[in-house]
Formats: sequence, structure tokens, C-alpha cells
Amino acid sequence: MADVKEKPKMNTNGKRRAQMLAPDSLVMEFGEDEPLKLDCGGSLASYSLAYQTYGELNADKSNAVLVCHALTGDQHVANTHPVTGKAGWWETMVGPGKPIDTRRFFVICVNHVGGCMGSTGPTSVNPETGRAYGLDFPVITVPDMVRAEAHLLDRLGIEQLFCVVGGSMGGMQVLEWAASYGDRVFSAIPIATAARHSSQNIAFHEVGRQAVMADPDWRAGRYLDEGTQPSKGLAVARMAAHITYLSDDALHRKFGRNLQDRDHISFGFDADFQVESYLRHQGFTFVDRFDANSYLYMTRAMDYFDLAADRGGDLAKAFEGTQTRFCCVSFTSDWLFPTEETRTVVQALNAVAANVSFVEIETDKGHDAFLLDEPELFDAVSGFLSAAARTRGLDMADADL
Amino acid sequence: MTVQPTSLQASRVDLLLLAEMVKPGSRVLDVGCGDGALLRILAETRQVDGRGVELSQSGVNQCVARGLSVVQGDADKDLVNYPDNAFDFAILSQTIQATRRPRDVLDQLLRIGNRVIVSFPNFGHWNIRTQLLFRGCMPETENLAYSWYDTPNIHFCTIKDFRELCRELDAKVERSIALNAQGGRMGLGIPLFMQNLFGEQAIFLLAR
Repeated sequence: MADVKEKPKMNTNGKRRAQMLAPDSLVMEFGEDEPLKLDCGGSLASYSLAYQTYGELNADKSNAVLVCHALTGDQHVANTHPVTGKAGWWETMVGPGKPIDTRRFFVICVNHVGGCMGSTGPTSVNPETGRAYGLDFPVITVPDMVRAEAHLLDRLGIEQLFCVVGGSMGGMQVLEWAASYGDRVFSAIPIATAARHSSQNIAFHEVGRQAVMADPDWRAGRYLDEGTQPSKGLAVARMAAHITYLSDDALHRKFGRNLQDRDHISFGFDADFQVESYLRHQGFTFVDRFDANSYLYMTRAMDYFDLAADRGGDLAKAFEGTQTRFCCVSFTSDWLFPTEETRTVVQALNAVAANVSFVEIETDKGHDAFLLDEPELFDAVSGFLSAAARTRGLDMADADL
Repeated sequence: MTVQPTSLQASRVDLLLLAEMVKPGSRVLDVGCGDGALLRILAETRQVDGRGVELSQSGVNQCVARGLSVVQGDADKDLVNYPDNAFDFAILSQTIQATRRPRDVLDQLLRIGNRVIVSFPNFGHWNIRTQLLFRGCMPETENLAYSWYDTPNIHFCTIKDFRELCRELDAKVERSIALNAQGGRMGLGIPLFMQNLFGEQAIFLLAR
């Protein structure tokens, strides 16, 4: 990374810090009378959740759709992002007239506990010390995040979600919701996900964490106190991770062996190739919007996820007696969460005779496909939701079906 | 009780006759559901809680986009995952001849469903018999318009063969219908050998 120059980013960095402390989102505060019990054995004495909503909650509160964000996503699903100024991360999927139609559904997305966009996480102030938690923040699991979301729904008076939907880590949350709060989930759409994080995926995450921790500016996690930012480490982590979100074919189609702003290779370690330049860009734009310690916590949550392990190794037990309707989606070129992972979930659901659909979508875009313009994904989600809405008796008056 | 043809494609008489065998409101698994035509008829006319299994991914995606509950799966491999008696009706519509192990598939269906409905093309039909006898070629008919080398249908049987398989598997034939070349139902009381000769298709309702 010798030639990598840090861009002046006081602005975005400042904006990011501001979003951690006072987010442009709704915030639900939970006081010491209702601590969040955690899988690690401890609890969060008080915490807050930053969340966004779209659309209107109907009178009997039966049209709520919870969107669960992925590892480095946040609650800004379908609005301009307050830090980056870019469109919401799932505006192709969520919005008026979109598959998750905000004219029909009340869409909620919560920044996960441990995140860095306004919910309590390692950047928050530890009430015991008056400083940022850093690594004193307890390790959070996917079930912890879901438990926190369930408390939020209690506050909103929503007994049952019409649908829980999400991809990747968000898909893990969907599965956890269906397994632990089955009666609160009418339908579920886990996309490009797995019931447990694979060894290979844990390995990739470990590379990312080591990159962060190897950055001298990480300061054993106390960089906020010391006024530094482990930007290079986090950027390298993102670069490595980003490769896993794509596919060989997609990278080759996009970049091939094309050179970046030059006609010949330089016989040095500049970004000769477009793919290198692209990855560096991905790394550096990422550090503008994400916190390094949050990255450690979020990756750990995924690593620890194993739905069957908590149930004697039998995944079907997680879904025993489920009344939830499932639509599982995978992508042919996703090698991070390959179709086999989804098939395992589908087999477990079949074993309990659950109402399940399973769509594998042909694409060369890899894991990232769930965030991209994939018409077959949109058709599957809108077809599934429409049928589920009919069964649920949701008013379809102004829907063009 | 007769199922009326609906806005759905009415030409598949075999599907309508098959649908008549399904009790309204029951739980149904359609193995080899294709583009979901039968599931839609069943949903519309029988108000069933229907699920499908389909090998072809494009078929599955079409079904799900239409709001049907369908998984991509292989009848030969994936039926073992379902629990006993999970469905009131397990259906194998025009699919058994395309499976690798029809006997095992039928055995699995009899385990999964309280009742099993199987429809298949009858290879004992006179037209097929005469093609083989007089032309000396593998038969091709309107309903079976494949050459021998590219047909997905690898395990044809006659009505007589199928009855024999049912006996082997201890499956009780509760009803059976033979359809003539026009798709019409052949009258009751027609002797079995006549059904086997003039029935182009057959539909069986089984239980064990």
C-alpha cells in the first residue's frame, strides 16, 4: 500500500461521527429497566437503536416488513445516505411500486446493535467509563441483534411482522427471526445466506480483522480516544472482503487485465491494473462510512452464527412446527454463500413440511447480486409477497395485481 | 363434483380430472409441477394449501413469481427430506416416466402423502404398439413428441405395468381413470385390457 495516499476526508469522517452520536434516523432508547440480555452472558444495561421506516403502518399493524441489513449495511435502505449522499442500499427493492412496495407495506430497518450508524456499538460512550466502548463493548451475536429488534417491535406495538427479509448477514437474521420468534413472522425471505457461517468465510473474516488490528493506528481498539483512525487496515479488510462479494467472471467482465491510466505495466507496485485501482477505491470509500471496531464486531457475529448448533445439531429443529411461509433465494455465482447453503435450509424446512419456495437465480454477479438489479429476484420477491399478502388478508385495493 | 374449467388454460383435461380427485382445502405436494399449471387449478378450484417441487430452475422461478410455493428439487433425491404423511395428497402428474427410479419415487410419495395421485402416458396404447410393430421404430405421438435420443421420458410403463407396481408397493388403487386420445374419460366398467389398449393416459388415486 506504499503509494496509497489518504484522501482528505475530514468532511465525511465528521459526518460519520455525527451519525454515530446523533443519527438522522428515528432512535428508540432502552433504559436500565430493560437491559438487553446477550448470548455472551452479559447484558447491555441501556442501549439505543437507530432505525428508518417507510410507508404507513395499517390500523391492525399487520403490514410491517422488517428489512435486515448486511454486514456493513445500515438502516438507510431507501433514502439518501446521510454520510455518503448516495441512494439507499436497497432502493431497487424497497420503495413505492417496488417489490417491497412502501405503498402497501410499512418497512422498518434497524441499525444492528454493534453497528456504527446510531445504534449502540463500540463507538458509543460506555456509561461506566465516559469513554467510547472500543473493545470493552460485549461481543454481539446475530440472536442478540434479533432480540434487540424484537424489543423495538414491542415498543412499536407490532406483534407480528408480515415479512422479515434480508441478504447475507441480514439473511442470517431472517433465519434467526423465524427460528426464535416464529409466531411473530408471517413470512420470511432469506437471501444469499446460510444457517451457519462456513469455515472458509470465518477465514476471510479473520484476514479482515487481522488487517484492522495490524494497523498501528488501531491502538488496541482505542483509536477514538487517541484521535487516530485505522483507515489503512480497514481499507485492506474491505478490499479482501470485496473480492468475496464478486465472482471471477464478473471481475473479468468488468476489468479483465486492463491497465489503469497507462499503456504499459510499470514494473512496480502502483495500481497498474484497473482491478487494483477499483479495489483501492472500494477500500477507501468504505472507511469513510464505517467504523473499524464495528467491523470487528459485525464479522464476529456472523462467524458465531450457527442455527443448528444451538439445537443439538439438527437444523430442522429450528423450524419445528413453523407456520411461517419462506422464500429462500440464492445466486448461481455466489461462492461466499453458495446455493448448497440455501439448499440445506430448504431441506430442513421440507423436513418439517414448512411452506417454502426456493429460487436459485442465474447470474455471474456473485454474492453482491442480492443488492443489484436482478429482475428475477424482484419477480420472485414481489410474487411471493403478493401471495403472502393475499393469505394474510392485507388490503390489495391499490395494488396492481 | 365437477371442476369447472376456469380462466386458466382449460385444454389440459387431464389436470382438471386430476384436480377432481383432490379434496377441497387439503394440503398438496405436486412433484414435477412444471410451470405450476396444476397448482394454480388446485388453488383456484380446490382452495388447497399447495406446494410444488420442480427440477427446472426456470419453471421454479416462474412459479414463485406467480405466488406459488415451489422449491427447486429432484424427485429422485429430495423426497426423502419430507416427513411421513406431511400432505393429504402427493401428486405426480406426467412425471413418473421421467424419473430415474420410479419405484422409489412412488414409494416415497406413498410415505409422504395420505393419498397419492399419479398420471402418466400409457405406453400400452394401440397407437404406440402398432408403431413399434409395423414401423419398427420407437413411437412418437402428439403427446410424446420426442425422439428416442433426446426424450426426458426414460421409464415408460403401461397401465397394466403400473397396476403391478402398485401391487408390489402395497398401494391400494382407490380410483383409476383412463383417458382416450381426445382427452375424454373412458366409461366405467370398461375391462382393464381395453383401457390398456385404448387409454392414452391414465390417472390413479392411491393409498397405503
